[in-house]
This record gives sequence, structure tokens and C-alpha cells, in this order.
Amino acid sequence: MRALFLAIVQRDLLLAARLGAGAGLGVFFFAMTVTLLPFGLGPDLPLLSRIGPGMIWIAATLASLLALDRLFQADYEDGSLDQLAIAPLPLELVVLAKAIAHWIATAVPLILVSPLLALFLNVPASSMPMLVLSLLVGTPALNLLGAVGAALTVSLRRGGLLLAVLVLPLYVPVVIFGVNAVAAVEAGQGMLNPGLLLGMGMSLFALGIAPLAGAAALRLHLG
Amino acid sequence: MWSFANPQRFLGLSRRLVPWLASATGLLFAAGLLDALVLSPPDYQQGESVRMMYVHVPASWMALFVYTLMAGASLVFLVWRHALADVAARAAAPLGAGFTAVSLATGSLWGKPMWGTFWVWDARLTSVLVLFFLYIGYIALRGAIEDETRAGRAGAVLALVGFVNVPIIKFSVDWWNTLHQPASVSRLDAPAIDASILTPLLLMAAAYMALFATLLLLRMETEIYARRVRAAAMREVAAAQARDETGEAAGAAARP
Repeated sequence: MRALFLAIVQRDLLLAARLGAGAGLGVFFFAMTVTLLPFGLGPDLPLLSRIGPGMIWIAATLASLLALDRLFQADYEDGSLDQLAIAPLPLELVVLAKAIAHWIATAVPLILVSPLLALFLNVPASSMPMLVLSLLVGTPALNLLGAVGAALTVSLRRGGLLLAVLVLPLYVPVVIFGVNAVAAVEAGQGMLNPGLLLGMGMSLFALGIAPLAGAAALRLHLG
Repeated sequence: MWSFANPQRFLGLSRRLVPWLASATGLLFAAGLLDALVLSPPDYQQGESVRMMYVHVPASWMALFVYTLMAGASLVFLVWRHALADVAARAAAPLGAGFTAVSLATGSLWGKPMWGTFWVWDARLTSVLVLFFLYIGYIALRGAIEDETRAGRAGAVLALVGFVNVPIIKFSVDWWNTLHQPASVSRLDAPAIDASILTPLLLMAAAYMALFATLLLLRMETEIYARRVRAAAMREVAAAQARDETGEAAGAAARP
């Protein structure tokens, strides 16, 4: 069962790498969104440095929506999802495996470039480790909750916009906790502040409900 | 209780209840509005604009109540597959969204004289706004899936995921608000509400509840009839197709 689980993760990562440009485009979108900010707000460095962490978080949240609608859709269209559904691995774990692979393929690159973009926004270097850490513990929640939305809209041909409407309200707490974790460090609190812990809690909570809800949603489309 | 899960028995009960509920709605609104807008005293701080509260607060209560009801109906539908529960959830969603919109609109109209602005990012306002988005998402998802059974089950999954998230969203928004804004808004947080204010408030709450019950039953009846019409139309099409096929087969056999 573990081999099957890892095989799905590996397959999805391989597909993400071979299809090309997926993760790269996500990073580019992320960078582009951050670049648009000074155009909208003016090149005022103190202002940008004050709102920088929040803007990085919002850009990362929007970027995480990009490839989300394809998470199960390609497999649904070519029938491999039916095969996965009758495989010995429970569908709940299939959902989890695909969400993990999706997180590695799309969120990790964003997290890696986030310090560079934070630098552009003049975020103080002392906040950088916390920004990266908060993204690291918070983005799994985005991914997992997003997977539920992706499963609900899997059979809809133009589900992308609907998916955004479904999951963005659920993203609210994750963004709040992530941004507050950085703000707490700027205010002189330690690394293990409530924002970070609550963000982590949000990811664990999503880890609990998302595979169940995602599998239930996939079954109703397959049935 | 389960016997009313039979649509036919439900229709019988509903038809008997709706006239009573509709009259109760009318009476309660008449009494409530009279008390709220005319008889009750103006607030010593807010003056006459406190009357906005009697329209606003019950709408906010309903916004939460209807979402809870929707989630409960969704759970019943997912677990026991009672089609009537799905009918109820589907019928309740636009009503809940309507109450949420009324709550937001009256809240912002109340905010203008109280806070000097139509919108503040107050924790309560913000979480009601997010609740409104949750309603819209539910309605949009059901609308996007053509197959009625699938739409019902997808909606049920979404309503339940949303429901377990509502307390977290509420908590996070409260927390965010206390961190970012020192308590600039305090209204009606006084522990005791005078009876002269409480009576019209409760009357209005009962009126909203009766209105919701009336509209919900009417919408559920309509939905049941709509599904029957659809099913009958499908049967007719299937019968016509079967006739065509047998006719063609007979024609082919008669030919030499």
C-alpha cells in the first residue's frame, strides 16, 4: 500500500516535470503579481516593506489556484481516475498522494523564490526566515482544501473560476495566520508564535478532512 | 419523523402549514415593525438609528441559522440519502444568501451614521461577508452541475466542509481584528438589554423565522413539482423513443 502511495506521488511529480512549464509558469505568475504591486501602490519602499509579507502571502495564495483545476481533471478525462478508484489503495489516500505531489510541484518552488520577491518589496531580512517558515507550514492547508474544491469540480469543463469561488473563502484563516506569524516576529515575538502554530494547526486540520471530503467528492463524479 | 421524508406526505403537511405560517409572518412583521419603528424608545446614545438594529440583527441570526440548517440537511442527505433533505438544502441556500445580503446591506447602512463610514473591517462584518461568499459558492456549484443527484451530493460535501470551517473562519477573523484594530466599535455589548428593546427584537426575529419557514416550504414544494415534471418529461421521451424503435422494427419486418 505504501509502495502504491509513493508510486502515485512519483507519477504525478514526473508528469509535472515532463509536461514542463507548469511549476515554472506558477513561479512566473507569482513574480508578476508581486511586480504589479508597486505599479498599483507606488514605489514607496517603507509602504511596500510594511505590506510586503501580506502581499507575498496573497500572491502565493492566488498562484496556488493556478494549476488546481487540473489536479484530478486530466486523470478524470483519460479514465485513470477510474482505475485509481478501484485500486487497492483507498481513494482517500489517492487524494492525499496527489495533493502532496501537487504541493511539491507547485508550492515548493514558490516558497523557494519567496525570499527573493520579499527582497524586492524591501521586507527586512530579519522577517525572511519566518516568511519562508510560515509559507512552509501554511501552504499545505491551501493545497489540501484546494484539493477538495478540485474534486468537487472535476467533471466541469470550465470549473476553474468556480473552483476559485469555492475555495478562497476557506483560505481566509490560512492567510490570516500566515501573515500574523510574520508580523509577530517583526513585533519582537519568538519564532514559535501563535500565528505559526495556528497555521500549522490549519494544515493538520485540512490533512484530517480534505482526503475524506475529496474522496467523497470524486466518488460522486465517478459513480 | 422519518415518515415525512416521503415527498407525498411532506406535500400534504406543507400545504396545510403554509397558509398558517404566511399569516403568522404577516402578523409578526406588523407587530414587530410597529413596535420597532414606532413604539420602542430611541437609544440614549444612538438615537433613532438604533431602529436599524431590529431589521439587521435578526437577519444576521438567520444567516447563521440557515447555513446550519443547510449543513444538517446535507448530512442527512449524504448519510441516509433522503431526497427531501437535498430538496431542503437546495431550497434554503438562496434564502440564506438573501438574509446574509440583508444583514450586510442594513449593517452598512447602520454603519454610516454610527461609524461615519459604510464599511469597516470589523470582525463581525467581515465574517458575515465570508459567509455570504460561502453561500454564493454553494449556489454556483449546484448550478454548474447538470445532473441533479450529482449536484445534490457535491453541494452536500461543500456545505459540510464549509460548515466545519465556519467556526475557524470566525475565530481567525476575530483574532485578526483584535490584532489589527483596537476595539474601535462597541455597540450593544452591554450585558443587559432593556425589555423595551428586547421585545421588538424578539418579535422581529420570530417574524424573520416565520418568513423563512413559509418561503422554505413553498420553495421545497416547487422543487418537488419541478423534479416530477422533469421525471415525467424524461419518461415521455423514453416512451416516444421506444415507440419509434418498435415502429421501425415492425416496418422493417413487414417489408418483403
